[in-house]
Amino acid sequence: MLSFVAQRIVKGVIVLLAIIVLNFFLIRLAPGDPAVVMAGEAGASDQIFVAQLREKFGLDRPLPEQLFRYVKGIASFDLGFSFRQQAPVSKLILDRLPATLLLTMSAFAISLLFGILLGGIAARFAGTWADTAIMAAALLFYATPLFWLALMAILLFSVTLDWLPSFGYETVGANYTGLAHVLDVGAHLILPATTIGLFFMATYARMTRASMLQVNRLDFIKTARAKGLANRLIQRRHVLRNAILPVVSLAGVHSGTLVGGAVLTETVFAWPGIGRLMYEALIQRDYNLLLGVFVVCSAMVLIFNLITDLVYRVIDPRIEIAA
Amino acid sequence: MSGFVRSMLRNPGGLIGLVVLVLVILVAIFGPLAFPNSPWRMVQRPFLPPFSLSAVPLGTDALGRDVLSGIIHGARVSLLVGLVSTIVALAVGIPLGSIAGYFGGRVDDALMRFTEFFQTIPSFALAIVLVAILQPSIYSIVASIAIVSWPPVARLVRGEVLSLRTREYVQAAVVTGQTHWRIIGREILPNALSPIIVLASLMVATAILLESSLSFLGLGDPNLISWGYMVGAGRTVVRQAWWITVFPGLAILLSVLALNLIGEGLNDALNPRLAKGGR
Repeated sequence: MLSFVAQRIVKGVIVLLAIIVLNFFLIRLAPGDPAVVMAGEAGASDQIFVAQLREKFGLDRPLPEQLFRYVKGIASFDLGFSFRQQAPVSKLILDRLPATLLLTMSAFAISLLFGILLGGIAARFAGTWADTAIMAAALLFYATPLFWLALMAILLFSVTLDWLPSFGYETVGANYTGLAHVLDVGAHLILPATTIGLFFMATYARMTRASMLQVNRLDFIKTARAKGLANRLIQRRHVLRNAILPVVSLAGVHSGTLVGGAVLTETVFAWPGIGRLMYEALIQRDYNLLLGVFVVCSAMVLIFNLITDLVYRVIDPRIEIAA
Repeated sequence: MSGFVRSMLRNPGGLIGLVVLVLVILVAIFGPLAFPNSPWRMVQRPFLPPFSLSAVPLGTDALGRDVLSGIIHGARVSLLVGLVSTIVALAVGIPLGSIAGYFGGRVDDALMRFTEFFQTIPSFALAIVLVAILQPSIYSIVASIAIVSWPPVARLVRGEVLSLRTREYVQAAVVTGQTHWRIIGREILPNALSPIIVLASLMVATAILLESSLSFLGLGDPNLISWGYMVGAGRTVVRQAWWITVFPGLAILLSVLALNLIGEGLNDALNPRLAKGGR
């Protein structure tokens, strides 16, 4: 297990390095001479200032040296400077990261929990109206554009019904503390987290259903039935435990999509996370910040993939028997 | 073939999807002929609610532009981007996957590491970065969607080629001295076509969603109206004028749903053994 973890971490680091190199060349692809662009963003454009910037950021050095400096900088979490926001990129990202983690993790928990539950119900009652209804809903949410679903949720739950707040992380100016603050953030979290969650819930429900029906046909389930085990027990202890494996690996593959979902949802709900930061960078054409967020998102996905790999190893019943 | 058509017709979901898609295609082709005026033009007072004037049945947006005309003209962009970016992704993924699966060994290792690398990068974030850096245009949008969509094709084709490579009829072709490319193109790929077709139909749906998401964020081609752009433009006034966002969003939803239904119908018809399988 330990060597497996070490192996995965090494692999992750190599991929991250490759992403950083890709990022370095993407910055060079961005329109305009970086020094001139930076000078423009800082509000000055005289030659001396541009030359100073070039020297300060090593833009006058040969390309391989620039790349080396860039990688070294990122290793110490220096992602450059955002002139538009007048702050280091890493600080901007770190300030926003907790909100995104809260949002994506809540969405992930909602989608996995309800996805497996609904998929399980659909498989258990395959061919009945409950199955048809769940699968039809899953198909619908799978095809709904996330940003539009977010807007429709605002229209229904904030504008028409006035049940939930439609934007931000907390009620501005309320200055809640303790439990009141937690509840306030929770109320703001429900709509964005559910919006992202619904899309993934649809995928996991479909996957769970298909996988459970497949496992149900296997021999060891017949054996369990022959032993006279109650169906409920068979479903929970034998079928679900095996059927959940492809769902977990799918969840790992989906972590990148989860980040993309955060960009759209945070934009609509004005949720102060790195997705919203990416949108701001986009609107202001702040390439340093944009690519900084991109690197952090990629690192997040790698870490998430590593975690799902580990979870997979832990819950796979076959590995338990082998050990 | 007639069996295929019959099993496709027997699948009500696939049939509904097909009807809706044909409708969207007809709108994309002939719609702009019926609405020759530019969808960017102001036709009425701003924020005209829907169903109040027969000339502008779906109302107008914040700048007095006809919402229905925008949806009709936007159909072209959505379908075109979905189709072309899928074709480009197939053009990249099929050769890479075939080479990896056919030659195996180090070539396979190298190509699959490369594919995995692209699969690890968060695709929507990469698409955003690429379009922002290349500057928004229909070309940069198609290119970036293709760049983030080819890896699943390569993996699927590799798997198919890998299993077909050892079949006797392929071995026979090797013995008769045919070239590798001829064997891949003539013997192996035609037999791997069914799963590729199914994947391609689902990819068009995903590409339409991606394009609309990029346009929603303001990364659409500034000269072409698209559904995602319309939803994005109506976002800030959604409380006062719901119709500006609701109708274009429904257009995206219906098209994507239709393509997904067709993909499932095709899957059931082409791979009867895998019918009702998950994605």
